[in-house]
Amino acid sequence: MSKLENQYSAKDEVATVFIRRTFFQRALITLKKAPFTAWLGMTIVFIYIFVAVFAPLIAPYGEAQIFKVPYAPWDEIHVFGTDRLGRDILSRLIYGARNTMGIAILTTLLAFIIGGGLGLLAAILRGWIDQFLARFVDILMAIPSLIFALMLLSIFGSTAFNLIIIIAILDSTRVFRLSRAVGMNVAVMEYVEAARLRGEKIGWIMGREILPNILPPLVAEFGLRFCYVFLMIASLSFLGVGIQPPTADWGSMVRETGELIQYAQYDITAAMTPILPAAAIGILTIGVNFVVDWFLYLTSGLKDEHK
Amino acid sequence: MNTNNTDNSILLEMKNVSIEGYSDEKWHPIINEVDLRLKRGEVLGLIGESGAGKSTLGLAAMGFVRSGCRFTGGSVLFKGKDLTKMNEREKQKLWGTKFSYVAQSAAAAFNPAHRLINQTIEASVSHGIGKQDQLQKDAIELYREMQLPNPEEIGDRYPHQVSGGQLQRTMTAMAMSSKPDLIIFDEPTTALDVTTQVNVLATIRNIVKEHNTAAIYITHDLAVVAQMADRIQVLRYGDTIEESETNNMLKTPKEDYTKSLWAVRSIKKKEKNAKDSILSIENVDASYGSGPKVLQNVSIDVPKGGTVAIVGESGSGKSTTARVITGLLPPQKGRILFEGKKLETNLDERSKENLRRIQMIYQSPDTSMNPRHTVRDIIGRPLEFYHNMKGSEYSKRVIELLNLIELDESFIDRLPSELSGGQKQRICIARALAAEPKLIICDEVTSALDQIVQEGILKLLLRLQSELNISYIFITHDIATVKAISDEVVVMHNGYVVEQGMKSEIFSPPHPDYTKLLLSSVPEMDPQWLTKILSSQKSKN
Repeated sequence: MSKLENQYSAKDEVATVFIRRTFFQRALITLKKAPFTAWLGMTIVFIYIFVAVFAPLIAPYGEAQIFKVPYAPWDEIHVFGTDRLGRDILSRLIYGARNTMGIAILTTLLAFIIGGGLGLLAAILRGWIDQFLARFVDILMAIPSLIFALMLLSIFGSTAFNLIIIIAILDSTRVFRLSRAVGMNVAVMEYVEAARLRGEKIGWIMGREILPNILPPLVAEFGLRFCYVFLMIASLSFLGVGIQPPTADWGSMVRETGELIQYAQYDITAAMTPILPAAAIGILTIGVNFVVDWFLYLTSGLKDEHK
Repeated sequence: MNTNNTDNSILLEMKNVSIEGYSDEKWHPIINEVDLRLKRGEVLGLIGESGAGKSTLGLAAMGFVRSGCRFTGGSVLFKGKDLTKMNEREKQKLWGTKFSYVAQSAAAAFNPAHRLINQTIEASVSHGIGKQDQLQKDAIELYREMQLPNPEEIGDRYPHQVSGGQLQRTMTAMAMSSKPDLIIFDEPTTALDVTTQVNVLATIRNIVKEHNTAAIYITHDLAVVAQMADRIQVLRYGDTIEESETNNMLKTPKEDYTKSLWAVRSIKKKEKNAKDSILSIENVDASYGSGPKVLQNVSIDVPKGGTVAIVGESGSGKSTTARVITGLLPPQKGRILFEGKKLETNLDERSKENLRRIQMIYQSPDTSMNPRHTVRDIIGRPLEFYHNMKGSEYSKRVIELLNLIELDESFIDRLPSELSGGQKQRICIARALAAEPKLIICDEVTSALDQIVQEGILKLLLRLQSELNISYIFITHDIATVKAISDEVVVMHNGYVVEQGMKSEIFSPPHPDYTKLLLSSVPEMDPQWLTKILSSQKSKN
């Protein structure tokens, strides 16, 4: 042991992590270790996004273009046939990705802005504001959300705007609960106290001190909530109060072509037609869940201890 | 009760033990070819800084490695059998019967939902060492030996119903329950107050001696190990630095590193008698919610450019006093004067200027810095917030502050997780300095750090005080720290101020009873210290 080593210097203290990587490098390492299911999920999600973005270029016909033959069989002209008005099923499936996913993403974002904001506010301020918001959320959650949404949509009318606002508010209750719970754990940390002692305003404490530390669970929840919102829009459309025709949407497509399923004994491909939009919904849900599962695994710290 | 193993044969022999730990995609050495020998009934003290591999080596003595670690060489012979070659099942038979482990935090090691006595004998019952009734009787006997109050009934309590010191003693009883050959004590008294520590140390020492149990005593506190151990082994970065009998080790340490550990704190501050006071709190009462009063009629004066140390045990109201001063807890009675002017008691009513002038540094830099902010953000925010600094002026000042705390530019983009404990605490100091305060409240700022790092931080604080004329309120339970840096001392107990005065007055007799107890409980390097203290306490009773 040399003399130099014994001389104390603050700069030379060894910290735990000493390899510095950029965000991109770290992301690359994480991706390399991603399991098969995560890759599958990511592939599915990317294909859906691609289809949604480039829908007009990919689709062979227009979204509401009507052909002469209703219920046309599967052939070269109409790959998946036509519906009862003579609209091309494949084109509507492709446009449906755009409409259903677009509205679902907008709704989920809005739900997170409302629920996350109020949740953090409740976590920081506590007291009567917290009590008031939490009890109000309890009331909203006590009513089954599908029935509540049905009721509100029939009162205010089923426009796309109303659909987004109503589902976002109903869904923000869950986000509120999550962000309030995780926010409270962070709000009691000393660095938040230090920020208060500095005299920081509530906006800074919410956005800069707490939010970065609760982001992982919120992002995971975003994926899950997106699935639920998406399924809810599909259910509402199936019930006839969701996205209104002629806009293509997977939920209403299942409803419109549903009766074809009884002709399975005559033409098996025709009977498959209502399965297609249903499968589109199912596969996206599974894909998103694979990605979310992996993300939760990465951030929860519940990793396999025996390597 | 006494196992008749009074022979001096070798119980445990570790040869060339190497252990590696896995982190950041690589295996890193934690222990490098360390030898360790232990005879029956012998107590070995393992000392070193954090990260020296003390705990890892202690656990390895039981043939155990934490998850993410592995043995890479050497052998652990226990009564001639190699533990590293045994399978899990064979080792499990030994754990809890021949070996016991006493952890640092008894509060975390007990299950809050079970009664103490059931937990005390749990391992013995599950290993089928004896009948439940007999084991319970033995446990009560152990409680009596441990000098726990009401040994017959204390076992029926739950962990939260006894004090920290009692819980630590119960845990030692738990370790003794199976009459093991070897107990590993991993910092058993670090979390306790000094006045409690004395009793726990005494009971541990007696019981180990009476039952002729061998023990490995892991600690970073030299004065404690001097009381407990027959032999001391010094570790650093996974290597043995030095090993010898306690008396030899204390009198004639060979290696430089050991000498640096032994050296009594080199910092001494000349007491300064300032007339003006920068802050005074007068007759303050405070409580949390509608609970009992945590502070009663507390008055403290802080001299301009000087340091007031507030000492006391946990629960004495030290940190509450800090919360009152910062405005986090408005007092029910009394007032706070800052530079002669009345200060608003509530944080929200204070002006930015007043907030700037009082800054705070916390005990644990891990929780007082946002893990998602870089050093630049952490130090820079007060500059931006209080002084409206931007752009190049801002960057220049951040680097100036880093230089002031003896770090440099290369740290500017690091996150707190990429800093060592001492560096983190320095960044916290820089954050407080960035506001250009008149008064800094330091709440146990050095108690989470190693001896050498502590000294560096204290030196830094003293230098900053002489350069920038800042006043400090230094909250601590460590008497050595108080001696090193304070001008005035306030002794607190149960929410009252017991004594207040210049350092020289407080540390010279006559003392009030509580101060006397507190001062006499601080362990000294003398191996006979504990024996002397106990006999002096006995003679009084």
